[in-house]
Amino acid sequence: MDSQVMTIAQVQLPVDEVLKIQKHRLMPSGVSVDELEKSGKRISVVTGIHGDELEGQYVCYELSRRIGEHPEALCGIVDIYPAMNPFGIDNITRGIPAFDLDMNRIFPGNHHGDMNEHIAAEIIKDMEGTNLCLDIHASNIFLTEVPQIRINELHKDILVPIAMKSNVDLIWVHGASTVLESTFAYSLNNRGIHTLVVEMGVGMRITEDYGNQLVDGIFALMADMGIWKGDVPKVRMPVVSNDETGNDVYYLNAPFSGIFFKERSHGSMVQAGERIGCVVNPLTGELLSEITAPGDGWLFTIREYPVVEEGSLMGRILKKSALEGMGH
Amino acid sequence: MKEEILYEIKGLYRDDFRVKGYRFGGGENSVCIMGSMRGNEFQQIYVCSQLIQKLKQLEEKGKIVDGEGILVIPCGNPYSVNVKKRFWTIDNTDINRMYPGYSLGETTQRIAAGIFEQIKDYRYGIQFASFYMPGNFVPQVRVMKTGMENIELAKQFGLPYVVLHHPRPFDTTTLNYNWQIWETDAFSIYTTSTSAVDKESAKQAVDAVLNFLSKQGIIQHRGYEGFISRVVESHDFVNVRTAFAGFFEKIAEAGERVDKGQILAKIVDPYTGDVRQEIVSPIEGIIAFAHNESMAYQNTAVYKLIAEENEA
Repeated sequence: MDSQVMTIAQVQLPVDEVLKIQKHRLMPSGVSVDELEKSGKRISVVTGIHGDELEGQYVCYELSRRIGEHPEALCGIVDIYPAMNPFGIDNITRGIPAFDLDMNRIFPGNHHGDMNEHIAAEIIKDMEGTNLCLDIHASNIFLTEVPQIRINELHKDILVPIAMKSNVDLIWVHGASTVLESTFAYSLNNRGIHTLVVEMGVGMRITEDYGNQLVDGIFALMADMGIWKGDVPKVRMPVVSNDETGNDVYYLNAPFSGIFFKERSHGSMVQAGERIGCVVNPLTGELLSEITAPGDGWLFTIREYPVVEEGSLMGRILKKSALEGMGH
Repeated sequence: MKEEILYEIKGLYRDDFRVKGYRFGGGENSVCIMGSMRGNEFQQIYVCSQLIQKLKQLEEKGKIVDGEGILVIPCGNPYSVNVKKRFWTIDNTDINRMYPGYSLGETTQRIAAGIFEQIKDYRYGIQFASFYMPGNFVPQVRVMKTGMENIELAKQFGLPYVVLHHPRPFDTTTLNYNWQIWETDAFSIYTTSTSAVDKESAKQAVDAVLNFLSKQGIIQHRGYEGFISRVVESHDFVNVRTAFAGFFEKIAEAGERVDKGQILAKIVDPYTGDVRQEIVSPIEGIIAFAHNESMAYQNTAVYKLIAEENEA
């Protein structure tokens, strides 16, 4: 097996530093890249576009480690990109710190644009030839999510059947939005490079169980693509929400600014009227609001960060009707 | 003048979040003027304060035309201004990427919805805006090309340039874009600075707005006539980029006329002082934008030029 760390984009910084975007390429020896790409055997695992989302770090390491245990089983290219936004990771910052810019709003980039647009364009260029890409996110620092794949309705016919094999708990098909056209995943899917957006866990933390679950799914996808001929764990059947109209999910937004105490974990089944948590005012000792489920369903998102302002998202519940439609 | 709270959120440990508006005249929703929506937009607040001073005087003299209503909102985001953070305090989202907003959504979606509900039915919408890159502008009116833009009206501010901007996907959630979609004639005015108050440029912006209001018959005012605006497409700006990073030693300023081959700035090695690059003007033209920080990154557009040969 060949294993190589490669720099896919770099720019000089003002004071004695070069910003590099790197990937780790694993592939069988003695076979050409062209040949493997043409036979559909290149997968790219990307993370760190948001610098404070670290769940993908475990996935990158574990994927590489497991392949290293059985290099003879590798039949295709695995490209691992652990840090698309190295500044953000170093600064515990979602965006690109010096620019206060969300990197996931500048794709497909521009080779003639500024530093960040240039890097984005180089990243997209490096993705050419990829047959499947996973873009791993960790929600944000505020919310914990069950492992899920989010798919733009424009790409659902192609992506849902692929996502079904990825061992996640939920596939959430959402409506199209013009703003999302600047994302990494949209830019790749628009170019015919199938890309799945994974959301799982919470920002600034690593949930090892979720990492292992997704790595199992990546091996299942690799086996399906002919990239892996080793053992593959059995994958679970996800819930699929075709939520293009936005009617499948209850959103729990804070009615008051305060401190949120969560009382139910994400992944719980909840019933209408059941208490999910509460918002309190520690200054006055008041209970400002009890947060209850507006209907029966599956609590797949819960707020992790206690401080809320009026409107802050505290949870999402997939309606029971949507679950029943899937036979769950 | 009537001061009014347009939108409010109760704070936990901070004072309540309030968006205040100042109303002049009455009757029709004629024109709404929006100042800062980001925490670093001090100039935008300052311009509104100076405009409010002028409008108070005009109102006292009975110079606001009967039936015409003017609303000025100096700041849509006092929480961020007060902690000197550009975007929203807790989640770093940008209110000017949340329009038209959603009243049942997250905090900044609610703020955008709360503001937009108050200002969406105005005939004219004017926003004092800032650019995402640090720098100084030649004063200009920007209009997004949504198919509903009105260029002739934009010229009536009398600022040197009217810039037509083709919206990118992320522009569709800005105030300017949504105003136009809701059939308000919307204009973004860029003065010279953002986080530093520039009084001269602020005065020019106030004069431009008064000029515009006078020409629309909203106020009776004779003052600054301004320039005959030149219309430029934003993609016609010539970007002059750094090939190297380092100290940015600026020689030419925004608004200057420059010759082809003229040295505009130097990029200097921060450790040795060696000149890494002389930044040279590729054309004869006007500097529409000039970077204003001490350091510059590689590939940064430190100047944006308007070509001389396109002069009308």
